[in-house]
Amino acid sequence: MSQPDAEIVQFDNVGLRYGTDKEILADVSFTLYPGCFYFLTGASGAGKTSLLKLLYLAQRPSRGLIRLFGTDAITLPRERLPGFRRRIGVVFQDFRLVDHLSAFDNVALPLRVAGVSERDIVRPVGEMLDWVGLGDRQHVRPATLSGGEQQRVAIARAVIARPDMLVADEPTGNVDPDMALKLLRLFESLNRLGTTVVVATHDVHLIRKVPESLIMRLDKGRLSDPTGALRYPPRRQTPTGASAPAPL
Amino acid sequence: MGLLSSLMRQWRGNGAASDPRLLPEAQLSGPMPWVIAIMIAMTVIAAASGLALRNAAQTASADLEGGVTVQIVTAAPAERLRQAAAVVAALKQAPEVANVQQVAQEDLNTLVEPWLGTRPGDDVEALPIPALIDVRLKGPATADRVAHLRALAVPVAPSARVDAQAGWLAPVFAAIGTLQWLAGGLIALLALATIAAVLLASRNALGNHRETIEIVHMLGGTDKQIARVFQRSMAFDAAAGGLVGLLFGVVTIVTLSRQFAGLGSGMVAGAVLHWQDWIVIAAIPLAGIALAVLTARMTVLAALRRML
Repeated sequence: MSQPDAEIVQFDNVGLRYGTDKEILADVSFTLYPGCFYFLTGASGAGKTSLLKLLYLAQRPSRGLIRLFGTDAITLPRERLPGFRRRIGVVFQDFRLVDHLSAFDNVALPLRVAGVSERDIVRPVGEMLDWVGLGDRQHVRPATLSGGEQQRVAIARAVIARPDMLVADEPTGNVDPDMALKLLRLFESLNRLGTTVVVATHDVHLIRKVPESLIMRLDKGRLSDPTGALRYPPRRQTPTGASAPAPL
Repeated sequence: MGLLSSLMRQWRGNGAASDPRLLPEAQLSGPMPWVIAIMIAMTVIAAASGLALRNAAQTASADLEGGVTVQIVTAAPAERLRQAAAVVAALKQAPEVANVQQVAQEDLNTLVEPWLGTRPGDDVEALPIPALIDVRLKGPATADRVAHLRALAVPVAPSARVDAQAGWLAPVFAAIGTLQWLAGGLIALLALATIAAVLLASRNALGNHRETIEIVHMLGGTDKQIARVFQRSMAFDAAAGGLVGLLFGVVTIVTLSRQFAGLGSGMVAGAVLHWQDWIVIAAIPLAGIALAVLTARMTVLAALRRML
């Protein structure tokens, strides 16, 4: 039975392995609450991207339980996946922009698949591109954009539909410090509006810029939570009125 | 197909304005319009042949259905004439007979002229050509009716031979029936080939756009949305190919029909296409489009179901 706002994500003893290889993720258990800002840290190869794939439903775990928006995501019928995915904005590590579409059309894509009319797409997409500093490059295709510009388009695409949860894999890896800070402020703005934000990064400076954030650390596929804050978080009121952990 | 392709591209562009621009449609199908054009042209020709053969058989059958021929086979001209007159008189009394007419000697001479000649000195009339009596029945010349006519004719004309006209053409009708089945089989094979071509094209397009499809899935795109893009692309390709194929097929049919009409043969003259047949032929490209769209949809949905 769904319990909206009680918890947005719950992982319980989740394991993930590809084929017969050893587990990339093992015994991962945590709970994410609405309106919180999480950083996922860990060395390269620790399993951050794999964990995020489980979060945005690109991968099924080999074992364990995952509840998403109060619903069992393991047994979720395939036809219900799009509805859940539309509630999650994703910034892929490799951007994954659609090559044949312009920056504008890439950012508009989540709105178009959600059935938003063209009339209601033009203004917000234009404003979003202006905000990430690409207002004058709306009709340029990704191939002619720099890495940093592509990353900004990917971020704009992830947040344009105001998702309930934003999952970002190294979202500031290719942008200059000023733009990184600006993008972080965008994430914080979304977070203040109630969006749960999960950012995978190993940039300590970035983490320090969001002092109220919660930190998850992955080490060789295992989640370390030395303070217990992830599993036994102190409670606070979220913008939606539900209980959520207090900032660390 | 340059102008046609240009028009189709414009149409596509306008039509896609309100749809999610998920995939580059223009690159989806490659040579598919030409493949479909060839399939449709061959289907149109096969269908037209089958329909024309059916019409020829129906016309011949209608002409011969109630026809019975009585031959008076005797060498003596006077006796032949006597028996012929007696048979005509006897058959006129039969209730199932609509009309009885003895074929005039001049017509018989004309009939045998190509074989026996008309040069001076040829004495065609001296040859013992059987007298022919053409009988038209009110209904079909069934075996029972023919037997009844024979029972009436033979007592007054011992040399009379009574045969249903349709019986002579039974092997021709059987051959026409076989050709019709052949045309039907050819159409079925062409439909299967079209399905196979569309299936391969759809799978190929899916493979080429797998990355984009995965992104669209991750953004919450549904299988049906993605399938619609492929369907629409296939519909445009099939429409372009169908139009070209129909034109080619119709030109071929008209050319062939003119050449056959020049033969002046009675049976071939019946092998014409009626307006209902032209409607069937015009519907072939529409059926081709429907088949291509349905195949693309089923192929894409089946493939997408294997992705998360």
